Amino acid sequence: MSTYAQKKGFGATIWDYLTTVDHKKIAILYLIAGGFFFIVGGLEAMFIRIQLAIPANDFLSAGLYNEILTMHGTTMIFLAAMPLIFAFMNAVMPLQIGARDVAFPFLNSLGFWLFFFGGVFLNLSWFLGGAPDAGWTSYASLSLASEGHGIDFYVLGLQISGAGTLIGGINFLVTIINMRAPGMTYMRMPLFTWSTFVTSALILFAFPPLTVALFMMLFDRLFGGNFFDPLMGGNTIIWEHLFWIFGHPEVYILVLPAFGIFSEIFAIFSRKRLFGYSSMVFATVLIGFLGFMVWAHHMFTTGLGPIANAIFSVATMAIAVPTGIKIFNWLFTMWGGSITFTTPMLYAIAFIPTFTMGGVTGIMLASAAQDYQYHDSYFVVAHFHYVIVGGVVFALLAGLHLYWPKMFGTMLSEKLGKITFWLFVIGFHLTFFIQHFLGLMGMPRRIFTFNKGQGFDAANMVSTVGAFFMAVATVVLLINVIVTIVKNERIGNDPWGDGRTLEWAIPSPPPFYNFKQLPLVRGLDAYWIEKMDGKTEMTPAEPIGDIHMPNNSFIPFVISLGLFIAAFGAMYHGNHAWGIPVLIIGMLITFGSMFVRSVKDDHGYHIHKEELMDDDKGGKA
Amino acid sequence: MKRLAKGRLLFMFALLTLFLAGCGEPFISTMKPAGEVAQTQYDLMLLSTAIMVGVIVVVTVIFLIVLFKFRRKDDKIPKQVEGSHKLEIIWTVIPILLLLVLAVPTVSATFKLADVSPMDKVNEDGKTDATVINVKANLYWWEFEYPNEEIVTSQELVVPTDEKVYFNLLSTDVKHSFWIPSAGGKLDTNTENVNKFWLEFNNEKADEVGNLFYGKCAELCGPSHALMDFKVKAIPKDQFEAWADAMKSVEEPAVAESATAQEGQEIFNNSCIGCHAVTPTGAGNQGPNLTSFGDRTHVVGYLENTEENIKNWLKDPESYKPGNKMTGKYGDLSDQEIDALTEYLMGLKVQD
Repeated sequence: MSTYAQKKGFGATIWDYLTTVDHKKIAILYLIAGGFFFIVGGLEAMFIRIQLAIPANDFLSAGLYNEILTMHGTTMIFLAAMPLIFAFMNAVMPLQIGARDVAFPFLNSLGFWLFFFGGVFLNLSWFLGGAPDAGWTSYASLSLASEGHGIDFYVLGLQISGAGTLIGGINFLVTIINMRAPGMTYMRMPLFTWSTFVTSALILFAFPPLTVALFMMLFDRLFGGNFFDPLMGGNTIIWEHLFWIFGHPEVYILVLPAFGIFSEIFAIFSRKRLFGYSSMVFATVLIGFLGFMVWAHHMFTTGLGPIANAIFSVATMAIAVPTGIKIFNWLFTMWGGSITFTTPMLYAIAFIPTFTMGGVTGIMLASAAQDYQYHDSYFVVAHFHYVIVGGVVFALLAGLHLYWPKMFGTMLSEKLGKITFWLFVIGFHLTFFIQHFLGLMGMPRRIFTFNKGQGFDAANMVSTVGAFFMAVATVVLLINVIVTIVKNERIGNDPWGDGRTLEWAIPSPPPFYNFKQLPLVRGLDAYWIEKMDGKTEMTPAEPIGDIHMPNNSFIPFVISLGLFIAAFGAMYHGNHAWGIPVLIIGMLITFGSMFVRSVKDDHGYHIHKEELMDDDKGGKA
Repeated sequence: MKRLAKGRLLFMFALLTLFLAGCGEPFISTMKPAGEVAQTQYDLMLLSTAIMVGVIVVVTVIFLIVLFKFRRKDDKIPKQVEGSHKLEIIWTVIPILLLLVLAVPTVSATFKLADVSPMDKVNEDGKTDATVINVKANLYWWEFEYPNEEIVTSQELVVPTDEKVYFNLLSTDVKHSFWIPSAGGKLDTNTENVNKFWLEFNNEKADEVGNLFYGKCAELCGPSHALMDFKVKAIPKDQFEAWADAMKSVEEPAVAESATAQEGQEIFNNSCIGCHAVTPTGAGNQGPNLTSFGDRTHVVGYLENTEENIKNWLKDPESYKPGNKMTGKYGDLSDQEIDALTEYLMGLKVQD
């Protein structure tokens, strides 16, 4: 046993996680926090479906319904899907490129704590006078008219957590550019790493517009700015542009990593290399690029005029081409393969028809003239749930089963996993397929109730029943997680037996320094190549030597806490005299801890060669 | 195996039924187009659906072959195929062609639906030959001003059938969106600029639904967004003109007939007239214009126009439209006062 991996007490473990800069532990933090918010967002979804089960229901009041629908969208996008994706990126990407950690471990931790405090801040709105109620898009005229502090929670919470996301994105970019193992060229990177790379680039360019928009909204609401007040020369359409210049790439920020996870799964469980690897990479980059050219298709009914609408319409349709390439490449990865139907593979298989469905309704929406009918109707609700649940959530569930063994060293139960799968997939289609028709039948989205006699009754009931299937599926998943943790049956390096990439070449969970010796990468699917040559592990690219490791740090937590405190000060400065002092104190905490970080040298430490040699598996000199 | 087949058959039937039921009600469904715009959009919908079903069929066939043919049977390692340029070119080029098939009619329709040039052709009276309606969206009601006819109404849009009707859309508070699903897609009512578009209402289709279509607000605008409905009365041109003339003839507030109604009118003049007009003038009022209130099929946008509903609304507007601007503006009215007011309001008719 290494001296670094001794059994710790509960308090010490908590402290370890509060201060950790290890990408694998940060991944677990993201997984726990994202999972928690996923359940919160799911409960909100259930409230929505219960309210809409029957016409003229009074389960929720009108105002509360708007708060719930806003928080459902905001939570699911920013606080559930994004962090869960970050969990897998953190857990897997450094291993896939053969790195010992991300480029900036300290920033990695800071990114997590910023997201976490932002998310907590946003959700505290429930207990402090009401949640935001202007939809996750928070269009300016409505959000400026919204009373109370709900929208302020939205603006400040997202600002803080958005900074965390931006930091995370930059960190991943630098990591992939600089920290690939010897031989790991760009065109040998696994597709999940590629999608992490493109996604991080999207984050880098998409989040600043959101930051700007949120600051403008912040000044309008809290400090009397007039960016969005038409009477004072402002313009609410600017918010729509800024929001969607962020918001559309955000869709690809979510779905590209999902594509990455599925690409890994198809290859692993078909025992075949990814069909058309280079065109998959090309398609990923192209989708990322085009993702910035199409934001105005969310604004076809804003009145931008036929020229803008036609251009954005055609540009949007163009995205179907690289997406189609991907779908066919996945199908032909399986073609001629040797397919096993494990839980991750089931999700991947279910993803193909589901996402195709979401894709084709996307084309219908892209066609501006017909979009006037679909826009802001339940057709759109159905479409984006097909894309985001059928693409992203399926991928997250698949990824959870696939990477759980790598993250925790145990296997989730396949039996319970398959029960979850069937319940979730059936529930999903039951809930959302019919919503396409609700939209076409004239039901607008974001309505807290509907009256009898418009033909919406039966379909809404079906949709609600479906939602309960998904809820039960989630409960089964939770049971699965608990049972697996309690059983604690340890597994080896490559529990699925068909691992192809570097992460499967090292123990599960990996030692905290990941690779004792950096591996030599000889081609795409590096571990598979070695296995086919009859080897059981990677050829090292370096002799055993000292490994430099970063020290744990509590500073990221404190920096984030400072902003969290400052946000309360900013929000209440109009109501309470303590507002401005609290704002200043919070900022002092943040900048003070940044200052400490800047002036205090922290050189990290070395794991010495001898200790590595002592470790249970000896290295090769 | 047999049971499975039976189950599948049942499922297919259930699905088919859903499809058929999916057409919706003819006064609100986009799948029962009742005018040129909705028809254009419906045709595009069918075209794109046909293309997309084609794509889905191809994907599904490959998908099913893969699932049944390539299950793991033994422990052999399959051939590691890098790719195929020929296949990749095929599935790049064919989608591009399919998209072109959709893109051309899309662009042409987009321009057609945005053509509002007749709105600019002013004749010697300073008016337009085309029917133009200025729509103002308010929390949570709609005002309709007819600049050519010089009348104002609210909540129930009256339009002539079988001709293009042009709209100027604006919001007075927060952003809303103006949507009559049967007649065509929506357009937002922005707070800073006037949006223009046109719709057309088919006379036969209007006939089939008793000349009444449903209109909706399609942009989240606050608690009562779901209740911000309006109704569209689509009638032949001659009837429309008769209605407009009848409206226009109301120059002074009509004097109520019965004693109770007169009492109601007095209450109205004391408590309500600050916001609600009973002559068809004065666009931009605080509350809906009530000149033709008694003629309307619905009150509050979504409740049937019955005595009961009006009284309930007057007693407690908040429970019918949470967050509305009327609650608390007129003090407490006794039951007797509400009865009188209701009788007066129900008598506000311009047509018999």
